[in-house]
Order: sequence, then structure tokens, then C-alpha cells
Amino acid sequence: MSKPVIATASLAGCFGCHMSILDIDERILDLIELVEFDKSPIDDIKNFSRPVDIGLIEGGCCNSENVEVLRAFRKNCRILISVGECAIMGGLPAMRNTIPLRECLEEAYLHSPTVAPEDAVIPHDEELPLILNRAYPCHEIVKVDYFLPGCPPNADLIWEALTALLQGRPLKIDYPILKYD
Amino acid sequence: MPEKIKFFIDGKECLAERGQTIYEAAKANGVYIPILCHFEGLKPVGSCRICSVRVNGRWMASCTQPVTEGMMVENQTPEVEEYRKAIIEMLFVEGNHFCPTCEKSGNCELQALAYRYQIMVPRFPYLFPRKDVEAFPTFLLDHNRCVQCRRCVRAIETKDGRKIFAMKNRSGQVRINVDRKLAAKMSEEEAQKAMEICPVGAILKKEVGFKVPIGKRKYDFKPIGSEIEEKSEGVKNE
Repeated sequence: MSKPVIATASLAGCFGCHMSILDIDERILDLIELVEFDKSPIDDIKNFSRPVDIGLIEGGCCNSENVEVLRAFRKNCRILISVGECAIMGGLPAMRNTIPLRECLEEAYLHSPTVAPEDAVIPHDEELPLILNRAYPCHEIVKVDYFLPGCPPNADLIWEALTALLQGRPLKIDYPILKYD
Repeated sequence: MPEKIKFFIDGKECLAERGQTIYEAAKANGVYIPILCHFEGLKPVGSCRICSVRVNGRWMASCTQPVTEGMMVENQTPEVEEYRKAIIEMLFVEGNHFCPTCEKSGNCELQALAYRYQIMVPRFPYLFPRKDVEAFPTFLLDHNRCVQCRRCVRAIETKDGRKIFAMKNRSGQVRINVDRKLAAKMSEEEAQKAMEICPVGAILKKEVGFKVPIGKRKYDFKPIGSEIEEKSEGVKNE
């Protein structure tokens, strides 16, 4: 039997959750015995090469590219997991959700004290992904199967979730490893 | 000594003083019932409903309901716990609770309840309401995090007994309103008291942010309520 396949992506995130995956330390040697990695920034594979068993999503959706990647993950992954506060509730990028988009863009690109007034322009190049009206949690865009909170989630929580999933047993969370910060 | 009355919580026989609320009596018997709007020493108002229990098929707020003889209280049943969990999730989506950026994180009672119930994601959609932050000389009032528990309304007064905090509007628009003149005169000690009475990070004393490091905060290692449950286990082991 071939090994289960994992893919990961960072959407509107800071890569902190990926760093937390690496924080499983030497257990990463056990992990590569257990699974293979497909599309992921960890191995720099850019496109899906086969159907994937577990997709780990860091970050929520702030622009059209995030939505496209997330939908591709849902299509290619049997199980999709939201990893971290941004994927679950939008996180820091969602702090703009209470402010209208135009107000945010004008503040950042026109009225900010570090903007030179003569080159003040709101970016609108067609090469750039279109920014969404607000930051969206991943489960508001596609169906998400599991959620691992934290900023970033504790490495022990990620390890426990992955091993429980691979061994087909219920998740057992020790109190100190579940945190929202 | 006044006569004690007998009642039951999840089948466990308990004793209560006459007139004691279900919450107080449960605590005295080593049983934890979660609370959020209630704070010991303040008059209970029963507004958040986290402390809800079921008695004879009816929902009651245990912080306001007195115990009666032979009462059968359902506390840690799946139905009651699920009801409480839903309330906590609603509070999370109705405000803007960005735990990673909040100074109260680790010492926050709302967050601690969510940890206790192991909430991974709220079942309701986030509302992201637009709310403001008010600044006063000694403290900040962040409406994004307020859960309208009214603890500050009940607890904070000037020396001559005038209220500094009040509620305004109704229903979905309800919010804390501050007497700006009185709030401007609040001392550092009074601001500290207001911060401690607030269960979430809505009232914060200025210039002391993130004072307690991660690992030393109130709810880092032990769930909220464990102090009450441990006391009861200690009695059992003796």
C-alpha cells in the first residue's frame, strides 16, 4: 500500500503555521516515514501531481488567488484541514473586515504618512490578484473537514491531529496544547 | 445553625443553605457550573445564560435561581453542555475577538470557557460588526471585545456612589456607555479594578500591555473551574 499523501498551502497567512509544522522537531523524521508530501511550500512542489489524502490550509482568503488555490485544494484533497486562526476566522487580515474596502485602500496607499503624494496610487495592475471585499474564513468558501486553532497552532496539536487521522483514532487534546494565540 | 436543604446535581446529593443560589450551592459542594456575567460579590443578573442548568425540564440561570428542597439539577449532561457551548460560540461571532492580538489572551474568561469546551470553530458565521475603541486617561474601552455582561456597570462606582458605566440601546445595538467626565477622573487603581472585573479584554488599563508572559497566565495549564473541582476531589481523597 502506498503512503498517504499530504499537501499544504499558505493563503493569506504569515507562514507561522508552516513554521509550527516544522516545530514537531525530530518527529518530522517519523512523519516522512508515514506520509509523502505533494504540493507544498515545504518541498517547493508547485502543482498537484496526484490525488491527495490530507490538505493543510494556512491563512484565510483575502484575494482571488487565495480562493482559486483553496478550491483546487478542495478538489484534490480527500480531507481538508484549516490550520490556525487566519484559516478559521480570517485572523489578522480580517481586522479590516469592519472597515469598508475603499477606506482601507485609501488609508494604505493614498493617505498613509509614508506615501509620497505625487506617486500615490491604489494598485490596480491586471497581473495582481483582485482583492476581496473582506477576508473570508476558509470554511465560508469551501467545505472544511477539521479545524486546528492557534496562532500558530501548537506543534503537538498538529502532530496529534495528523497521527490520529493517519491511525484512524479519535483526537485526544491535552488542555495546554489547545490555545487561540 | 439554620437547617440545610438537600438537593441533587447530576444525581449527586448536595446540601445548600436556605436562599442560596444553585451556582453558589454547587460551588460549596465542589461542583463547577460555568459563569461569565456573574462575579462573586456582585448582585447576579443572569444575563449571559452560560450558567444555565435544567430543572424538571426547564432551563434556569443557576446564578439567580435559589435552591429548593429536593431539586434535581442537570449540569454536566450532553444537552446542557451543548447549549452552553452554543452560547460561547455566539459570543465569539457577535464581537470581533482576535485572540492573537488581545492583551487579555490567556487571562480571558470567554477564551477560557472556549478552551474548557474545546471549541475548534464556531458553528455560526462571523459577523465582523463595526465597533469603536474609546480612550480615557487611565484605561481603554474596546467595544469589539465587549460581551455586555454588565459587570463593570454593577461594580465600578465613584467614591460618592455614582455609576461610571451604564448600558445604552436595546437588543442587537446594546452597548456599554461611559460617563466621560467621571471616567476621566478614574485613578490607576480604579482602572486596575475595572480591568480585573471585565471577563474579556474590553477594559484595559493603559501602559501595562502583555505584562504576564505566556506560560504564567491564568488559564495556560488548567481549565477554568478546575480550582472548584480540585477542592471537591481533595475532600474525596481525604
